[in-house]
Parts: sequence; structure tokens; C-alpha cells
Amino acid sequence: MQAGFFIDRPTNPARPAAKVFTIIILLLAYSGLCWLAFSHSLKNWEQVWGYRVTFLNGWAATIGISAAALLLSTAIGALTALARRSAFLPLRYTAAAYVETVRGLPLLVLVLFGFYGIANAVGWNDRLSVGIVILSLFSGAYIAEIIRAGIESVGRSQWDSARAIGLTPVQTYRFVIFPQVLRQILPPVAGQFSSLIKDSSLLYIIGIPELTFAANQINSATYSTFESFVPLGICYLVLTLPVSLWTKYLESKVRYET
Amino acid sequence: MKILLRSLTKSFGPQTVLDSVNFEAEFAHTLALIGPSGGGKSTLLRLLAGLDAPDSGEILVNGEPLPQDEERLRIHRSHTGIVFQAYNLFPHLSALGNVMLPLTEVHGIDAATARDRAMDVLKRFHLADHAAKQPAQLSGGQRQRVAIARALAVDPAFLLLDEPTSALDPEMTAEVLDVIVELRESGKPIILVTHEMGFARRSADRVAFIAEGGVLEYAAAGEFFENPRQPAVKQFLERILKY
Repeated sequence: MQAGFFIDRPTNPARPAAKVFTIIILLLAYSGLCWLAFSHSLKNWEQVWGYRVTFLNGWAATIGISAAALLLSTAIGALTALARRSAFLPLRYTAAAYVETVRGLPLLVLVLFGFYGIANAVGWNDRLSVGIVILSLFSGAYIAEIIRAGIESVGRSQWDSARAIGLTPVQTYRFVIFPQVLRQILPPVAGQFSSLIKDSSLLYIIGIPELTFAANQINSATYSTFESFVPLGICYLVLTLPVSLWTKYLESKVRYET
Repeated sequence: MKILLRSLTKSFGPQTVLDSVNFEAEFAHTLALIGPSGGGKSTLLRLLAGLDAPDSGEILVNGEPLPQDEERLRIHRSHTGIVFQAYNLFPHLSALGNVMLPLTEVHGIDAATARDRAMDVLKRFHLADHAAKQPAQLSGGQRQRVAIARALAVDPAFLLLDEPTSALDPEMTAEVLDVIVELRESGKPIILVTHEMGFARRSADRVAFIAEGGVLEYAAAGEFFENPRQPAVKQFLERILKY
């Protein structure tokens, strides 16, 4: 049989040896290309090294902001998802308006308007806490949608069975719906965490000393663009790649169990 | 057991599934509801279960009218054993966890007693070896047997089974029907929606034929199958027993 250029079945039939060989060749080729193109601009490491504490502080701030925003946005998302299932219409519509507005706006616009507009108007000047709240409100809207989809993915028969054995609505959510929703939404929520880490970089615009802010500052001080931004990229990848791998693992687990 | 329906009506949108049904049935063990798909059998069973409320009319079970408000309907459901066609079990709980959940959370039984009682019921249905398994690890027949065990563990006043074997292959169907026969012998009244005519004939005391928004015929099982009076019933039985 003649092999075509495109895969014509769901899984990739490549042999392990071919995979390893291809990866090694590609790694050598791409790093060679990068070396040829950029080696002359990667010379100023000594001066950048002097700013390593600034850089590490920024990295710690990024991790802290992301973790705090994840907790807060999960709470906001869960409450919003519940509000969207409320029988009380004003609550349901408020939640829907919040989700649609936030999802319809770029994060940068929310950060600028939230800080220079709303936070300034009410006299709230602590940049870090404003930044965490804006990021949480942004991510919370997406998590609300993830949870809503998770609740809707639980079949009608589960609600029927829960009612049939005499559970109250609150018990139904607690013992039947949430445990199943949790398993469904873990992979997309982990993915959202990865987005959160990346999105926190936009907070540099309001002067929060997180990782991107630190790298930008080092670049301004040393005029070493590559030496500042290459570690910046690597530091984000060190955070997001494990989360992405964890997401893939969770996805495969959910698939096997259902 | 006695059920009485008084001008019972239930519609879904423009479709009236049960149209002012007046019906009285008294039976010792098992009442089978049969009839064409969409004829209203399952709707009637859901009304008896208290899962849905009728648009008008009332239902009396053993002389007691079914309540109207949701909280008392919930209590009615908690004392009724209800088993659907499929997906009865909660997939995140083990077989034992499924049987224990209504005992501990609805009936307020402490965990140790609930565990003993659940294990007793599972043993009775030869499911003790599967107690720790998740529903996904059980066969379709085992899942339905666990569902029946869960319904029975709360010591319900009666059992409502909605096509409990329709999603199963013939071998598993037999395995579940065996359990239902055993239930019958234990004395719990059963109302059963089924397409298994042979089973209805042998095991039901009474058969009600439900179609066209009402009960078209109601008779003792033997009489119903040997000598149906209504032409519609005759036609249905001829068609269904042809192969």
C-alpha cells in the first residue's frame, strides 16, 4: 500500500524509532538555526546576572498572583455558575451579563479600565490586590462557563435518580452533581490555570512587579533584550508546560473512567 | 395494593399523554403496565412515583392521595422504590456507595448500620463480590440488580420499575427478571412497565393496557393474554407476538 502525506486514521501510526530520530534531528536543526541567528546578541549575561534577584522576585510574584487568582476565580466561577442556575431571575441575568461582558472584552481593556477607572474612582490604590481581583474576575467568567458546561454534561437520568431516592435539591448537588462535575471540569480548569499564568503578564501595564515587569525593567537597565526576554520565556514555560502535561494526564484519566 | 386514578391528566406541551384517566386497580403482588411506545405507561409510572405532578386529577395509593407539594412528594419518593431503564446508578460511587447513599442521607441511618443493611441486600442479589466496584466495572444486568437493591434497601412501601430490562441483552434480561420474581415472592408490591410479554403473562397478577391517553383494558394476566376484549389490544398482542 502506498503511504500518503497525511494521516488517514485517528492515531499516528509512526514507529517509535522514527519518532525519536525525528525529534533529535529537529532539535539539532532548530537550535543550530537559533545559534546562527542570535548568538551575537546573547553576550551580555554578566550584566543581566546582576539583576537575578529582581527577576526571581518577579517570578515569585507571578506564581503568587496566579495562585491567588486561581483560588479567587474558582470561587467566583462556582458562585456564578450556581447563580446561572438560580430560579431567581435577577440573579440569573446578572450572572449571565457578567460572564458575557467579561468574555467579550480583552483582558488588557479590563486591566486598564479596572485600575485607572474603577479602582482609582473608589480610592483603592494597592496595585497588587487590584490586579489579583481583575485577573480573578476575568478568569472567573471562563471558569463559570466551564462549571456550567460540567453541570449540563451530567445526564438527566442522574437528576431523576437523585430525586427518585428522595434527595433534596441541595443534597442532589452535593452528593450527585458536584462530584461528577468535578471530575469533568478538572482538565479544563487546569488549562485555565495555565492561561492565568500567561495572562498575569498583562498586569505589568499597571506597574505590578511581576515576571514580565521585571524582565522589561532589566532590559531597560541593561539594553540586553535577548538576555532579558529569553529567560522570561523559559520561566513561563517552566510554569505552563507541567500544567499542560498535567491537563493531558487528567483528560486521559477522565476518558478511561467514563 | 390499591391504586385509584381520578380524571388524571398530564400533557407535555401540545401533547396530552394521559387524558382524564379514571382507573382503579387492586392486586396482590404485581401489576404490569403494557402498551405501545408513547402511550403513557412511563408517564403514569412517573406520576405514581411522585417524580412529576399531574396537570389535573388525583392519584390515591392504598386510599391515600398523593401530596401536591414538592417537599411531601420527596418524602413519598423516599418511601417508594424506583428503578428506571438504565443509568440509575451514580457513576462516581461504588455499588455499595450507591446502596448506602439513600440510607445515610435520606433516611438518617448511621454509616455502620447502613453498610450492614446495604451488604445484606447486595448479598441477597449475589452482588457481594461486586460491592466495591464502580458502575462502569459492572455489566448492564449487574447495574440493574444494584439499582433494584438500592431501591429495596430503604424498605419501600412498593416498587415502581420502568422498563428495567429494555436496555439489556437477553441473558442479562433473564438475570434481572429472576430478581424481580424473587422480589415478588418476598411480598413487596410491584408496578412494572415492561415489553417482556412472556414475563408479564407468567409473573403479573394483573395487566393494564395503556394507549391513546388512557387505560384501554385491565384484566387478570391469564385472561388478558388469552382473551383480550379490545380490538386495539388484540392487534397489539398479535403484532408483538408474531415473531
